Amino acid sequence: MSGLDFLTTRLETAIGWGRKFSLFHYPFITACCGMEYMSAACAHFDIDRFGAGLTRFSPRQADLLLVVGTISHKLAPVLKTVYDQMLEPKWVIAFGACTVSGGIYQNYAVVQGIDRIIPVDIYIPGCPPRPEMVLDGLLKLQDKIQHQKQDWRWARKT
Amino acid sequence: MGQENLIEAIRAKLGDAVEGVSDSFGDAVLTLRSAAVRAVMAALREAPFEYAVLLDLTCVDFAAAEGRFELVYHLYSLTRNVRLRLKASLPAADPSVETLVGLWKNAEWLEREVFDMFGVRFEGHPYLKRILTYEGFEGHALRKSYPWRLEQPRIPLKGDV
Repeated sequence: MSGLDFLTTRLETAIGWGRKFSLFHYPFITACCGMEYMSAACAHFDIDRFGAGLTRFSPRQADLLLVVGTISHKLAPVLKTVYDQMLEPKWVIAFGACTVSGGIYQNYAVVQGIDRIIPVDIYIPGCPPRPEMVLDGLLKLQDKIQHQKQDWRWARKT
Repeated sequence: MGQENLIEAIRAKLGDAVEGVSDSFGDAVLTLRSAAVRAVMAALREAPFEYAVLLDLTCVDFAAAEGRFELVYHLYSLTRNVRLRLKASLPAADPSVETLVGLWKNAEWLEREVFDMFGVRFEGHPYLKRILTYEGFEGHALRKSYPWRLEQPRIPLKGDV
């Protein structure tokens, strides 16, 4: 094992550690799951304990896209644009049954899961999910960030 | 003006425009000829009836029935605190009725919604365009003939359901 290999691994761990505890999230909230998001974000459950407390209302400043609530076909291009505006590195959480799979809706209006529009890192099911589940999803995302390859020059996500 | 007197008065004033009268949980329900809708509404809005508020305007698709679409109007009188429901059947082929824009301002959006969802044309409407779905949406989503899982995405989607 050469010294350089060892250094690279340590650097990745350090970057991963830094990234996972400084998630700026952009809440893309369209429906009733927003109530549960508020509960998770405010003092009672306090998402800030895990370093994700800083809400940004511009996608250009955010690392984490929280898609909360039903996404209709009319809204799909907007969500795609918001995702495209975010800078790398970026992650997406599908929050609630509607974003995961369309939920109770299967009709002309509703997109059957936002992974048909944008890549999704973590799915949080539930209608709506309990704040504990949201925090659990966040911890799983942090775990994923810690252990994923920390690209410097970001490869295009597919 | 009691319920009985009201129906008598409407009958006396509007005559053959009213095809039937029934009662629903204490509120009167009138069935109208579709051609007379606008004239009846205009009369009901004025004294002595004074139905000043158009509470709701919607439509039902009875796929098998003869007159396939049924428009439902809900009126409310502020001065007398009573409600009135009116219904009018429309044929399956080219359903159309006269607009209520001009009598009530909120009729504009309500009629656009009915047009969007059911394809009912409102003659004389100033801006009869889709309001809930988007430009390029084909068909009318709440018609019984609309395929129940048919999606019309605006951007390409990954995979298929």
